[in-house]
Order: sequence, then C-alpha cells, then structure tokens
Amino acid sequence: MQGHGKKMCNGGATVRIYLTINNRKRDIETMPGAVLYDVLKDCGISSVKKSCGTANCGVCTVLLDGKPIPSCSYLAAKADGRQVTTIEGVQEEADKIGNMMNQEGATQCGFCTPGFLLTVIAMKNELNHPTEDEIKNYLVGNLCRCSGYQGQLRAVQKYMEVSK
Amino acid sequence: MNIKEYIKPSHIDEAYELCSKGAVAIGGGAFLHLGKQVIGQAIDLSGLGLDYINESDSHVEIGAMTTLRDIETSSIMKQNFKGVLPKTAASIMGIQVRNVATIGGAIYGKYGFSDIITTLLALDAQVELYLGGCMGLDHYLNSSIDKDIILKILIKKNISSAVFACEKKTHTDFSILNMAAALVEGQLRLCVGARPGRAKLSKGAMYFLKPIGSAAAAGETLSILVAEELQFGSDIRGSAEYRRELCKAMVKKCVMEVLQ
Repeated sequence: MQGHGKKMCNGGATVRIYLTINNRKRDIETMPGAVLYDVLKDCGISSVKKSCGTANCGVCTVLLDGKPIPSCSYLAAKADGRQVTTIEGVQEEADKIGNMMNQEGATQCGFCTPGFLLTVIAMKNELNHPTEDEIKNYLVGNLCRCSGYQGQLRAVQKYMEVSK
Repeated sequence: MNIKEYIKPSHIDEAYELCSKGAVAIGGGAFLHLGKQVIGQAIDLSGLGLDYINESDSHVEIGAMTTLRDIETSSIMKQNFKGVLPKTAASIMGIQVRNVATIGGAIYGKYGFSDIITTLLALDAQVELYLGGCMGLDHYLNSSIDKDIILKILIKKNISSAVFACEKKTHTDFSILNMAAALVEGQLRLCVGARPGRAKLSKGAMYFLKPIGSAAAAGETLSILVAEELQFGSDIRGSAEYRRELCKAMVKKCVMEVLQ
C-alpha cells in the first residue's frame, strides 16, 4: 500500500490513493484534504448524498471495509487501500429493502435512503436477530426528515426477518 | 479542509519527529471540521498498530487509535469498570461517527463536548505519550503538551463501581451536560463535562468519603456541593443556570447509583 513510511504526495499538491469501490479497483489522484464523499462523486458515484457535512445526519454513509462511516468527514487519503461500498455495489440487497420500505410507506423524498440502506445492510451483517432497541440504536445516526421512522422500523424488521 | 501534505508513517519515531516539528496528528478525523481549517502536514497514525484493547491482571490498556465502536463492542470493556466505557461510547452520536472517531483523537482534541473524556477522568485513567511517558489524564488535559503522540490509555482495575449519564436534546447532538462517577479504591470520583467547557473533576466530591447514611442523603449533599464548586457556561444548547440545575439532578442520580 502506498503511503507507508513515505509522503503520499505528487509534487506536494496531490496524493495518489488506491481504493476498491464496489469491487472495482481505482487509482485516484486527489487533494490531501479531500474527503471520501468528494472523491466518490469525482469517480461518478451518484448515489451518495451530502447534507450536514459534519458527520451528524448519516446521509453520506458509505461502507468502508463493511462498516458504515460518514464519507463527508472521512479523509479520502485515510481510506487508501481499503474497500468502499455504495448502493451501486449492493443493488440486489438495496432493492429488497427498498421494496419493503415502499410497502411500509417508509420513504418520501428519498434523500436519506442510500445512507440508510447501507447502514441497514451493515447491521444485518453484524447483528444476529437484533431487538427493536438494537435496531433503533444502530440506526440512530441516520436522520430522516420525512418519514417519522415508524415505517422504516417496520420495513427493517421485515427485512431482518426474511434475511436470516 | 485544506491539508497541504498527508503523511502516513510506519514507525512511531517517524511520526513523533514530524509531530515535534509542527505536523498535526490525525486520529479518526471525524471532528477535523471543528479544528484548524488549514493544516500544513497531517500525520495519519493508523499504520502504527495503535488500535487494540488489552487486559492484564492490574490494568486495561486501550490503544490511542481504537475507535469508539471498538470500545462499545469489546468484551474486555464490557467486563470491566461495570461496562461504563461501552455505555459512554454508545451514547455518542451515530454508529458512523463511532466507527471513525478514536479515543486518542478525543483526548488529543481536549474537546469540551467529549463524553468519553468525562468517563475516563472519573475512572482515573492515565495516558501514555511517546516522549512524555505516563501521566494522569487530568494532568495531560491541563497541560500545554501538543507536540507529543498519545500511544495508549491505561485504566487500573481498582474500580468497584462506575456510572455515566448525559442529557442531550437529540441522540446525535452533543451533550448539554454529561457526568460520570466512579468508586476508585473506595474514593468517589465525580466528573462533569460539556459545561460547556472541558470535563472537570469535582474536588469536593473527591474528598467526600464513603458516607455514613443512605446513598440518597449523599446524593443530596453532593448535588449542592458540586453545583456550587463547578463553573457553568451558556451556549446554544443551554444556559449556565439550566446546566447548574441539571447538574444537581444528575449528581443525585449518579451518586445514588454509584454508591448502591
């Protein structure tokens, strides 16, 4: 992995990083202070959204080595050599949860949905048969200004049931 | 965020050398937006093997790059200190931030809003620095040390009881007030943070020996003592007056819980 024991710089202005984005290896030249969100946008990933820009709302969530992180507040250079997953990389799973959310009236404007779905997928991979409280605690960092959360909770519970 | 140069050392001595010359160590980076907006050299410490939680007969050691989520889910942390550190970590924002924010970053930032600093102070935690060696967290927080690297946090296993409480407007917001209390070798340590200034130990509570009488009476006495001793300020989350009253109620609850 480039960067170990060396300056990750190219002429002092940019850094070169290697990311695996949705199973595709990418060689990226970016600014040292660029956050992962900006790099993903530059790579043509359109599903990732940004709202608060301070790691509070969960809208910009992506999975880094399978764990949900706020891409708006994570330096892209720190992700060097790691796996990044967005909704584009988990289409089948996203469709499943998305359909359940539709059935439960759990989505309205859809702006928070990509980040929300990725956190749900991470939860499914991490927790076995989570209780209602565990689900709420896991998803507390994904804010939604439309739904009121009850529909989302029902959809997630359904998804967890059929996925195990 | 304007970072001129990003460096990821593979050896701690290299990291220290850069830090001593003014480079800024990056922990998880979750709260970078709250600090300097222009950084000359940023050092990424994630290649130094500082993410671990170890246990010996006498201590628990937490590497500085251990994330809050790792602390929250660690079986070692759940089994020690009445599980107060996982409980504290779980109260901090969302899982996304906890997967990124590190314990060393929280301490290095000396953030007033920090929940984890409050609990660590109550637990009488020590920090080990690369050059400065081992020192009490309280001493580190009140020092002007900023060109050293935090290697790990050490907590002695001499704690018989510990609690944490915080009051927030929403779960993902910073605390209006946070509090931790612990019995360390029989001595009560009570710490109040997000006043909104940095967490502070109540000296009065520290000299308050295990009371004769009920835990409720002790809570009542200490609530007045602590609220008078500590200073509170106002910000968008609450006024100084509100925080002082909140402090009284929280002290009562925490002291009763920790003594029982």
